[in-house]
Amino acid sequence: MIKTEPILKANGIEKYFNDPVRVKVLDNICFEIQKGDFVAITGKSGCGKSTLLYILSTLDTDYDGQLWLEGKLTSGKTDKELALIRNQKIGFVFQFHYLLNEFTVLKNVMLPALKLGQKSKEEIEHDAIQNLKLLGMDQKALKNANQLSGGEKQRVAIARALINQPLIIMGDEPTGNLDNKNTDIVYDIFKELSTTFQQTLLIVTHDQEFAAKTHRTLVMEDGRMV
Amino acid sequence: MVRVNLDIAKSLMTARWQQTGIAAVGVTFSITMFIALLGFMNGLNSMLDGLIINRTAHVRLYNDISPTKNQPIAIGTDSTKEHHFIHSLKATSVRKDIYNAPQIMQALRQDKRVTGIAPRLSAQILYNAGSIDITGVLNGIEADAESNLFHFSDYISRGEAKDLNSIPNAVILGKGVAEKLLVEPGDVVQVTTSLGNKLSLKVVAFFQSGIAEYDKVQSFVSIETVQKLLGVSKSYVSDIQVKLTDITLAPAYAKELSAVYQVNAEDIQTANEQFETGSFIRSLISYAVGITLLIVAGFGIYNILNMMIYEKMDTIAILKATGFSGADVRSIFMYIALSIGLVGGLVGLIIGYVLLRIIDTIPFVTAALPTINTYPVDYNPVYFFIGITFSLITTALAGFFPSRKASIVDPVTIIRGK
Repeated sequence: MIKTEPILKANGIEKYFNDPVRVKVLDNICFEIQKGDFVAITGKSGCGKSTLLYILSTLDTDYDGQLWLEGKLTSGKTDKELALIRNQKIGFVFQFHYLLNEFTVLKNVMLPALKLGQKSKEEIEHDAIQNLKLLGMDQKALKNANQLSGGEKQRVAIARALINQPLIIMGDEPTGNLDNKNTDIVYDIFKELSTTFQQTLLIVTHDQEFAAKTHRTLVMEDGRMV
Repeated sequence: MVRVNLDIAKSLMTARWQQTGIAAVGVTFSITMFIALLGFMNGLNSMLDGLIINRTAHVRLYNDISPTKNQPIAIGTDSTKEHHFIHSLKATSVRKDIYNAPQIMQALRQDKRVTGIAPRLSAQILYNAGSIDITGVLNGIEADAESNLFHFSDYISRGEAKDLNSIPNAVILGKGVAEKLLVEPGDVVQVTTSLGNKLSLKVVAFFQSGIAEYDKVQSFVSIETVQKLLGVSKSYVSDIQVKLTDITLAPAYAKELSAVYQVNAEDIQTANEQFETGSFIRSLISYAVGITLLIVAGFGIYNILNMMIYEKMDTIAILKATGFSGADVRSIFMYIALSIGLVGGLVGLIIGYVLLRIIDTIPFVTAALPTINTYPVDYNPVYFFIGITFSLITTALAGFFPSRKASIVDPVTIIRGK
């Protein structure tokens, strides 16, 4: 079997916090994620797992080591180039939903694709409705984002993450703020994306139960992979 | 991509339309005041300038009575080394009229730089009021040319200027003169020249310039009447008043005429320097006040944008996480600032115009200015253009720093900070 290029590759990533004293929060993190992987990163609170995710997602550029996405080095690129990478290759799901309250659900889902500007507005709208349908949210498409419940918001956030058919979806405690029922719904969605669409997923969570159900779990402790 | 940013800017504004509205009202208010102030100030300016400048020739040709510049004693002696005790060759045989006046007038009429000319012949006279004689000046004019070029008919308070042409020996008396002589239009006044010639003139109209001293002395008759009174020929003219197509050419043109025709030529800039200075200072003050208002409005926009950015930290973070670059975020907030400037500015222009219209109808009656019944207003489109340009510049400056702040927001600290 030919070894395929990993979708994401971290090599010797180290990070320090300088305030109030210099502390090493990430120490020589090396790992790879292949296409279709459903990976969870777990660890105790404060072990650096969220910090790692921000680096992997290119939001945080202040680190040592190298990060490859699809075999291309992303370390040291400009703000504009990184914005394009995030727009095109990475889908985000946060703990606190982070929908834009000024827009409708549909517009929220459409925005990243409108930004990318590769498709016409009609096509994007069609794709967005498809994604919302997939997540059972198409009935709420024209509601304002702040009229939704927490679980619903999170499903819309997943629909938004999917809109540009990203290389990888990254979740930062996506179920951290949800009750059990909604946690299960979100897990099922991720599971379906992984099995049906071969979607690559990287989820940071402290929920051991959730992590156990993924394909692969990376455990972190005091800034190190164990 | 630009459209997406615009779209987001629009949504952010409409989500907080009250805040946005207040910022826009600030701009509107300052632009309104700017337009009203400049329009009104400059209306007054041009009225005040008009008091003198409208009636003054751009270039005036005349023969000054002055002793010869080449005093005979200076010829052949070196004045740097010696002092002349005798230097008193007085002006005796100087002619008061302009030499070759008909030919000069014909040449001027054919010059493309000249809008028109009006000849004059003035005579010192005495008005006979019972046993007392009142000194005065009788100006012989061509009523039509004076009205067309120098708004002569605007200053007629009673009667018609054109009656000078149709009624023989007609006179338009200065208001002050008429009051002293106790005459009404239709009455007859007696004048005596310095040479003792007497003439009866029929009063057809009153003239009121707004300058009382002037109105107490001056009266107007047709140029032929003065020529007849002085017993001179039809070509005898003491002044030629020239109006140019471009007033700025006046100093150069005056020099040229003086050299070509060997006459004295005075340009309007030299004759009325103080009026230009006055206008300039008044304009300067109105611009300064207007721009100050705009700067204050700019600070309002700055505050509101800053507040908006603090409120929208989450939005900025999520935009950045989903692929909007710092430059995109900056342009979104710049669009907000510029929209406030554009909309506020345009509304300000409209209200400013309406305000000028209202000022234009307010009665302003003064005895000094017979033709003006309402406050004077200048609707120069330049003020509107400056107004909108400045509102855009101020809002762009006010938006610049908040936008830059928004563009460097670190999404990680926002997302982590929750």
